Amino acid sequence: MAIHIIDRRLNPGGKSLENRQRFLRRAKSLVQGAVKKTSQERDIKDVLEGGEVTIPLDGMHEPRFRREGGTRDMVLPGNKKFIEGDYLPRSGQGSAKDSGPGEGDSEDAFRFVLSRDEFVDLFLDDLELPDLAKRKIAQTESEGIQRAGYTTSGSPSNISVSRTVRLALARRIALKRPRKEELEELEAAIAACTDEDERAELVAELEKLKAKSKRIPFIDPLDIRYRRFETVPKPVAQAVMFCLMDVSGSMSEHMKDLAKRFYMLLYVFLKRRYKHVEIVFIRHTDRAEEVDEQTFFYGPASGGTLVSSALQAMHEIVRERFNPADWNIYAAQASDGDNSYSDGELAGMLLTDKILPVCQFFAYLEVGESGGSAFDLSDSSLWTLYERLRGGGAPLSMRKVSERSEIFPVFHDLFQRRETNQEKAAP
Amino acid sequence: MTERLFEGADWDFHTLQRISDACEEVAMKDLGLDVYPNQIEVITAEQMLDAYSSVGMPLFYKHWSFGKHFAYHEASYRKGLMGLAYEIVINSSPCISYLMEENTATMQTLVIAHAAFGHNHFFKNNYLFKQWTDADGILDYLDFAKKYVMSCEARHGRVEVERTLDAAHALMSHGIDRYPGKKKLDLRAEEKRAGRRRQHEEEVFNDLWRTVPAGKSKSRSAISVERRRKLLGLPQENLLYFLEKSAPRLAPWQRELLRIVRHIAQYFYPQSQTKVMNEGTATYVHYRIMTKLHEQGRLTDGNFLEFLQSHTNVVFQPEFDDRRFSGFNPYALGFSMMQDIERIVTRPEDEDREWFPDIAGKNDVMGVLRDVWANYRDESFIAQYLSPKLMRHFRMFHLHDDPEERAGIRVDAIHDERGFRRVRRELARQHDVGYIDANIEVVDVDLSGDRRLIVHHRVIKGSQLNETDAKRVLQHLADLWTYDVALIEVDANDKVLREYVVSPRPIPAAA
Repeated sequence: MAIHIIDRRLNPGGKSLENRQRFLRRAKSLVQGAVKKTSQERDIKDVLEGGEVTIPLDGMHEPRFRREGGTRDMVLPGNKKFIEGDYLPRSGQGSAKDSGPGEGDSEDAFRFVLSRDEFVDLFLDDLELPDLAKRKIAQTESEGIQRAGYTTSGSPSNISVSRTVRLALARRIALKRPRKEELEELEAAIAACTDEDERAELVAELEKLKAKSKRIPFIDPLDIRYRRFETVPKPVAQAVMFCLMDVSGSMSEHMKDLAKRFYMLLYVFLKRRYKHVEIVFIRHTDRAEEVDEQTFFYGPASGGTLVSSALQAMHEIVRERFNPADWNIYAAQASDGDNSYSDGELAGMLLTDKILPVCQFFAYLEVGESGGSAFDLSDSSLWTLYERLRGGGAPLSMRKVSERSEIFPVFHDLFQRRETNQEKAAP
Repeated sequence: MTERLFEGADWDFHTLQRISDACEEVAMKDLGLDVYPNQIEVITAEQMLDAYSSVGMPLFYKHWSFGKHFAYHEASYRKGLMGLAYEIVINSSPCISYLMEENTATMQTLVIAHAAFGHNHFFKNNYLFKQWTDADGILDYLDFAKKYVMSCEARHGRVEVERTLDAAHALMSHGIDRYPGKKKLDLRAEEKRAGRRRQHEEEVFNDLWRTVPAGKSKSRSAISVERRRKLLGLPQENLLYFLEKSAPRLAPWQRELLRIVRHIAQYFYPQSQTKVMNEGTATYVHYRIMTKLHEQGRLTDGNFLEFLQSHTNVVFQPEFDDRRFSGFNPYALGFSMMQDIERIVTRPEDEDREWFPDIAGKNDVMGVLRDVWANYRDESFIAQYLSPKLMRHFRMFHLHDDPEERAGIRVDAIHDERGFRRVRRELARQHDVGYIDANIEVVDVDLSGDRRLIVHHRVIKGSQLNETDAKRVLQHLADLWTYDVALIEVDANDKVLREYVVSPRPIPAAA
């Protein structure tokens, strides 16, 4: 009896993927809650790492008829000193055993590991970008190839055999090209024929047909068709993200850290929605400059604070490099709220006239020192200014943050789906 | 003859071939085993996890619960809480054994001997498997089930299909025929029949019938209770079968889904009844084959020691007060009993002659064992063949825990002359699925009234159903029945202990 040995290791993996997705879909709201909870405790770098989450089993429960209680009998191994008729004291309920998935009561939690993509997906799933209307057909990296019928010329590798043969067949029938069977029949008839005259006639007939089939080729160059492909420009929405930050002396490391977390989240979020995302870092003291990421977060700087300088810089960059018709523009500003009083007027004007009209979204994040609840402090000058602008109808989003753990909720809050916002506002 | 099968731990596919040929030689010549053709497949850890989540079967229909199990196993595997099995073996013809690629050459030898010959022989010869499973048809049937579920999802929507399958899974352990009598399950014919049924439905479908006014139905109230119960085949403990045949408002495809779940439950039913025997057989077989290969010089001493180490791990039985204790280890109990039978057959003592006059000193070890493997299940096997010597060896004792008893848990019997039979009877009972599963049956339907389905749970030894779970399962039952369902828990004297009534959830309108 032959034994078959088969190597299955190279079979495509991920057979359970479909089931897993079904499970996640079903447990979505629960998993989402768990993801948010987990992400609050995490570092920004790890937020994209996926990892273990715990969800309550409720709803994911697979019930069975189970019996419990009553009189129990059991046979155990390892008797050391008992004899028949002994009584053993009860010790509580005995040790609880590990339950498998889905067993046990509904309080049980269910732990499992989410992949990085699943984690980010779930984390960002109920968030939405404001105003996705703008789209630009970009010139690069967006050419797709698409089938576009048949053509009479092309490279041999693109010959469409079925189409070619079909056309050839149609032509042969139309032109009455003699079929192979006909010729064979005729040849057989000639071979069988005894009468000379009739034979000569048949030979002539055969010659005629043969000549005809030579004239009408089996496949004519006319029949040949090639598959045609067209390059199609694919619309790629692109976005630019402006990070504005106050780097004056009053901003502590902790505050910068908070801002950085927020920017990274925003980046991850934009990256998921847009194929192409650019980031522009603008830092400012009393004057603004565009810098690279490293300098932005860690470069030393000192000086006073003029917010208008950063806004002015952003405005110029937009005018030079990012045509609002082509780009979705997002901006997030982080600051401790200090600004010189004389600057308020100018900053307000720049914002309402130049910046907000071209922006998809402008968020202001006021970062505070750890421990100090941001809401106890009296409003800072910048906050007051933006509050006033918002009161005037400007589309500004603003939040205060002083702890790491608040970044996620705040971010969530800012990008929540519109409907839910309205629902909240309604009552 | 003394050529080594392999050196060291590495193996390749030629080694595997040599190993399985050598195992086959011993299995056939020395042990006289009778097996299905073997198919050995080498898989990775990830594929092993895949197999875990679909109850070990190579293909299965899609359902979220399998995803949940996969997530669970994956989490515990990654954390290192759980090792993976060295192999999975499937009761099919050809008999498929999955081997992990990580195994060393020794482990592959062990696993091939264990699964491809031990389990395989048991599957092919044990009466339960012969009676209840169709090894030839199972893979085709699963393929059919998978496609059928997929086509249902395409036709009726994933949510609808999932709802039906959820309900069917909840009742799965009560979708089993426990008594033979009907003809042997033939899954290939089953699959063909399902296809024909569907085709027939489509052929005779005529929308006109819908518009024909229904005549007055005959009054059913005249039918006596006895007659009604007989017509419905009551009492019926196979809930899924009952629903499939008698639930008033299920669509044909839903009935087919119930049928699929029921068939699969039935396929696994023998396995739950023969854990001790199945593992005992496989362990005994691999032990014999490995020892023989070592004697022949085909395994080095080092390889044999490696084998012994993992073998002793497998058959380790912690004592009841050990932290690692979690009931009897079926490998340990099964293997010891097989070895014990070998001892009784070849070197019986006076006690054995008294207890096992039929086999003591018969000298034909494999003859006796093959007969045992073919004709017993765990419960009857233990009741028949657990010897006093083995009870002394395991130091078994019987505890009786009556919640009413204030003094505590009573030691009812121990491994002594007075206790042997009682301990053995009790241990056998612990392995009787008829005793472990809740005894639930449909007893009546009020067809003329509100169509309430009445289900009884016969309470044994005061052990009632877990309330939350019972309610959930009943909810599923009611959803399938589409009218109220009452579950009544009655004790042996027909005293009602508890009553549940559940109404079906309204089916949300199809979007």
